[in-house]
Amino acid sequence: MKVLIKGGRVIDPLNNLDKVCDILIEDSRISKAAFDIKNSADKIIEAQDKIVMPGLIDMHVHLREPGREDKETVCSGTKAALKGGVTTLLAMPNTHPAIDSLENVELLKGIIHKTAKANVFMVATITKGRKGEELTDIAGLKKRGAIAISDDGNSVDDESLMLEAFKKAKENNLLVICHCEDKLLSANGVVNLGFTSTRMGLRGISKESEYKRVERDIKLAEKVDASVHIAHVSCQESLEIIVQAKKKGVKVTCETAPHYFALSEEDVLGYDTNKKMNPPLRGKDDIEAINKALKNGVIDTIASDHAPHTENEKDIEFERAEFGVIGLETELAVAITELVNTGRLDWTGLVKKMSLNPAKILGINKGNLSIGSDADIVVINPDKEWIVEKQNLISKSKNSAFLGRKLKGVVEYTICSGKIVYKL
Amino acid sequence: MSEALWRRKDLLGLEELSKEEIELILSTAESFKEVTTREIKKVPSLRGKTVVNLFYEPSTRTRVSFEVAAKRLSADVINIATETSSVKKGETLIDTGKNIEALKADIIVMRHNCSGAAAMLARHVSISVVNAGDGWHEHPTQALLDIFTLKEKLGEIAGLKVSIVGDIAHSRVARSNIWGLTKLGAKVMVCAPKMLIPPAIEEMDVVVTDDIDEALKDADAVNVLRMQFERDEKAAFPEQLAYFKEFGITKERLSKAKKDIIVMHPGPINRGIEMSSEVADGTNSVILEQVTNGIAVRMAVLFLVTQGRETNNESTH
Repeated sequence: MKVLIKGGRVIDPLNNLDKVCDILIEDSRISKAAFDIKNSADKIIEAQDKIVMPGLIDMHVHLREPGREDKETVCSGTKAALKGGVTTLLAMPNTHPAIDSLENVELLKGIIHKTAKANVFMVATITKGRKGEELTDIAGLKKRGAIAISDDGNSVDDESLMLEAFKKAKENNLLVICHCEDKLLSANGVVNLGFTSTRMGLRGISKESEYKRVERDIKLAEKVDASVHIAHVSCQESLEIIVQAKKKGVKVTCETAPHYFALSEEDVLGYDTNKKMNPPLRGKDDIEAINKALKNGVIDTIASDHAPHTENEKDIEFERAEFGVIGLETELAVAITELVNTGRLDWTGLVKKMSLNPAKILGINKGNLSIGSDADIVVINPDKEWIVEKQNLISKSKNSAFLGRKLKGVVEYTICSGKIVYKL
Repeated sequence: MSEALWRRKDLLGLEELSKEEIELILSTAESFKEVTTREIKKVPSLRGKTVVNLFYEPSTRTRVSFEVAAKRLSADVINIATETSSVKKGETLIDTGKNIEALKADIIVMRHNCSGAAAMLARHVSISVVNAGDGWHEHPTQALLDIFTLKEKLGEIAGLKVSIVGDIAHSRVARSNIWGLTKLGAKVMVCAPKMLIPPAIEEMDVVVTDDIDEALKDADAVNVLRMQFERDEKAAFPEQLAYFKEFGITKERLSKAKKDIIVMHPGPINRGIEMSSEVADGTNSVILEQVTNGIAVRMAVLFLVTQGRETNNESTH
């Protein structure tokens, strides 16, 4: 099978490429990138005025399988990913059962093998049952295919246990992804602590509950020279800590999610539970700091934190509703609309954040269009506008924070391992 | 006049209301107060309408007040206490609301322990929703009756100094009073131990103090709030006796305030915690007048939301 993508603007930061050219795919790999390739391909994609970039790599996705197939499955979630231009994703381990044992890794691996439509890498838990009490068999989990460990949704409170986890991760060359939250400090809060929590009459989540834990986890990682990735950074103070650590040479990377730069705490004032997530939407200063950190590189990557929940779990009283929003189908368009069209990032910058950098963090040979690389490619119409509507979302859950919002940028083709797996 | 000004089907809080809308409720309440002085205390304004009181929290004063108000407007009233309803069987708030709507009721008056519950219900039903208190968020009719009482006593709200003392953090009455009073031009001070002051409350245009004498000094009125022990864990509150010593409204403290300072309380009072019995029953207290005024204010609200809904329906037909 040969696919030829003709005449698109090809963005490939690893190869310093931003120019109009053709790309030829043979079987599952990129075989040629040049101006006006003459070749009898099986399929020709006319990409004039389109952006051609490596497929997105999303480091933070909840596929909910096994256990909560009513919210999402590996199959439905990866289909949604492809529609959003995501060809590779990390599945978070807070499933039922959690991915905390060799058996459960094998279980998930089997489901992925049978049903995944995109590349799925598995994250295993740090502690058994994500309870923060006893470490998992980190070496074994790595051998069975885990690419990182995380108790996502929880932070390991016990400092010495967490240090031990970093040591084991280091020995096994595994990345530790940290959900940074001191639950004693976030104290059952549901929105940003401050004027927002006060005027809404709700319990607040302080920024301190996040950045104190960012500080601790970086300190522990530094002690044993382990690699740490801070998930869903939402506030200025966390970024300041990360900047200092990076300057010192600590192996720290971090992500933010689209809602943290595209929405603010004011969006939650109507008690819309699709604006309820953890960490919560923050204030104007934090949004400014996040935008700045995206620009200057302190934030390495944008991840969706795709967190599907059923309507039964969302259409209830605000404080009782589940935390989290879906994002696979909207993250690229939100980033184009809020970052590229506003001039905060150029296309090269966007591709770094959403494809090249996560590939580097994970140490996988993706996120580029080099000859011989896996042919994971997205073709985007960057000017087409669309409105996010429930009926157009293909994820099993519809809890998007961007419902009703007009966005710019539509994925026209997604190619995964050389096959056209999504077409508008 | 009212039709032009009032277009809302719901009353969810005072934050979202304009000064003019608040003034309209107050002036409408004034004419309804006259009704309550007649021998036959009833007008046909809501004849044929059904008001459902849906209370997820125990309440006597507010529920009875709404019931009396609705009956004086000739509406039929149904009370649902959630302990004895399908809510106990796990029905969601939206389902309960839609069922009440399907029974062709016209107004749901709801009290709920979750902030934002009234707003959520209002989004899902086309009938009127009146918030009778949602969590820590708002209790608009309580603030309206407080303001109505103040206006009756002092004539004009603009320029008054009103101090709100007590459990500000957990109080929907405080929040609604602050929005309403500041929109009408009053200077509002809140006074409590620091643990009962919610963060960034200054942004609601109030002055914060933890000195009760400062709060009472030059105040035209003081609104004293109950400690809402049922809303949080014990550690979120000060010790009762110590609180009374430092913040309780006593005759002695009042003697240093303006002679005719108005003392209000939304009830129920915890005598000996937030104020002494002497003060509660004293000449500065208007606590029982507040209760009476509550009827007129709630009549006005029920009347206006019905009008608002009918105006909306006409304009969409």
